[in-house]
Amino acid sequence: MGTRGYLFGKVLRAFLTLLFVLVFNFVLFRVMPGDPASLLLRGTSAYNPQNVAAEKERLGLNKPLPVQFIKYMGSTLRLDFGDSFKYQGLRASTVISQRVWPTVLLVGTSTIASILIGLLIGIWSGWRRGTMIDYGSLGFTLFVYAMPEFWLGMLVLMAFAGGVGPFPAIFPTGGYETVGADLTGFAHAFDVLNHMVMPFFVLTVAYLGEFAIIMRNSLIDVMADDFVMTARAKGVRENQVLWRHVVPNALLPTWTLTMLSLGFVFGGAITVEYVFSWPGLGFLTVDAIESKDFAVLQALFLIFSAAVIISNLIADVTYMYLDPRVRAA
Amino acid sequence: MRPEPMAAPPGGPVPPPPDEDLDTVRLTPRQIAYARRKKAFVRMAKTYRKSAMGMWGLGILIFVVLVALFAPVISDKNTMVPTCTCTGAPFQPPNGEFWFGTDNLGRSVYTMTVWGARISLTVGLAATLISMIIGALLGIVAGYYGGWLEKLLMGVTDWFLVLPWLALAIVLAAVLGRSLAIIIFVIGITSWPGTARIVRAQTLSVKTRPYVERSRALGASNWHLISRHILPNVGPLIFANTILTVAIAILSEATLSFLGLGDPLSVSWGTMLEFANNAGAATTGKWWWLLPPGLAIVIVVLAFTMCGFALDEILNPKLRER
Repeated sequence: MGTRGYLFGKVLRAFLTLLFVLVFNFVLFRVMPGDPASLLLRGTSAYNPQNVAAEKERLGLNKPLPVQFIKYMGSTLRLDFGDSFKYQGLRASTVISQRVWPTVLLVGTSTIASILIGLLIGIWSGWRRGTMIDYGSLGFTLFVYAMPEFWLGMLVLMAFAGGVGPFPAIFPTGGYETVGADLTGFAHAFDVLNHMVMPFFVLTVAYLGEFAIIMRNSLIDVMADDFVMTARAKGVRENQVLWRHVVPNALLPTWTLTMLSLGFVFGGAITVEYVFSWPGLGFLTVDAIESKDFAVLQALFLIFSAAVIISNLIADVTYMYLDPRVRAA
Repeated sequence: MRPEPMAAPPGGPVPPPPDEDLDTVRLTPRQIAYARRKKAFVRMAKTYRKSAMGMWGLGILIFVVLVALFAPVISDKNTMVPTCTCTGAPFQPPNGEFWFGTDNLGRSVYTMTVWGARISLTVGLAATLISMIIGALLGIVAGYYGGWLEKLLMGVTDWFLVLPWLALAIVLAAVLGRSLAIIIFVIGITSWPGTARIVRAQTLSVKTRPYVERSRALGASNWHLISRHILPNVGPLIFANTILTVAIAILSEATLSFLGLGDPLSVSWGTMLEFANNAGAATTGKWWWLLPPGLAIVIVVLAFTMCGFALDEILNPKLRER
């Protein structure tokens, strides 16, 4: 199987996975208790049997399932997810598109920060394996792993927005910007940054442990390879051995993880966005759960899954170029 | 290969067994297997006791299980029922009567934390059981039978591995409703793919070993081979993996409950944090309401992870080689 076969296999797999998600999404939201038509009208003055029946007709819920499925696939391809149940009169796609930027800003920057810091910690502790630094960073990683990130978020919120005990209440309690301030330009950017400091910190700390552990273990594996000994025997300086010989090779396995976690950028911060009322896709998810807004929830699930599947595919394809052994296999 | 012990000639005197090993001739196969497994278990327990990490984890777990079992003895359940007169004034900091203070309804945070251990442990263990059964079954079947069945099962496993589990769990729980059984089901159904892959890999390695081939040559059925040879050899690895999965299941339960998908009637540590968040406990500085449930989660998850790491180091052939 050559490069083309490998590529084809990966693309086919990604496509099938996406199809599976679509079918799952269709089935799940049709077997759920309560039909969308009554949920859509619930709580409005138009809630009566005739209107519900008319709404059912409009949504095509009386048609046989295969017909519904084809209609569903067609509208999904056009990114049409129907009307939001909660925000009356708004399309689910509109509701979601308003929330994309805050999530990309917050989770994107904190993922990049945690990758950089995590890799550095991993390199450091792997290179000094068995020292106090190594044990310290392992212990820290284990502790962060065991901690629900939303709890860390609440503690940070309590310390630096609630101002408990000796801590100063220096940051706003939540949201994206100061409501009603109508700031523009630099002042606005600074205002957003000020709101972003705490969730950014929490997400960075919550994610970096994973990168540190993977990098550390990968580094230790590579350090046992023959070419490292050859480099040392040639008299290459330790610094050069680490940064020119060991690190580039140890980075390979972390690449897949890095790409995968970028896929979680959209859906990875549900609880933290909720704690800090950060108006992104995660907060919208919680909102949709509480108001039973299944149209939005269904679309969000599809977006989260698609993001992971696509970045998984990118990881596989780029890995092929980074590691020639995959092509040869 | 060691030769089989020779049978005594008919009519002649039975020679006394020269050593302990030959004595096994008089035992049934079941007894031999039992004795060997007992020996292996004792050896494993001895190695485990040397692991400081494992012993600390085990100690903490025993403590937490005792707290959960004796919850009615060490706390008064009524102090977490809002309608009971025995609850105190809301938002009391820790004091002599309420050791961990009270929440917005005057319920005792101490009592809720103690009783929360029951819910969190129950959900963690039950969900892990589901995940283990699915993972072990799929892994063994895929690894043992191979062919198209393996391709299909591993394809499904890869699908589940790629899907963002939290989003999947949220969607499932939101659609199916709020109850403890549904939370257990949702966590179980989303956490098995890792186990399935590990079990499949180990099954593949066990199935080619000479004694399995010999048993097959003697006419053993698939069921016999799986239940008597594959499962006992894959079992220890499943066990180590189980312990690690419990930690993840407890964290998952906390996350789902925090998002308001838990059972409102059975208060877990995640539910407590949900209540606290809804009441703005963080911004108003109610530290006594946030610390106990959060710390409880951290400690239990750490303990399970430590036990799992220690067991994995003993039982996982991949790690042992290093």
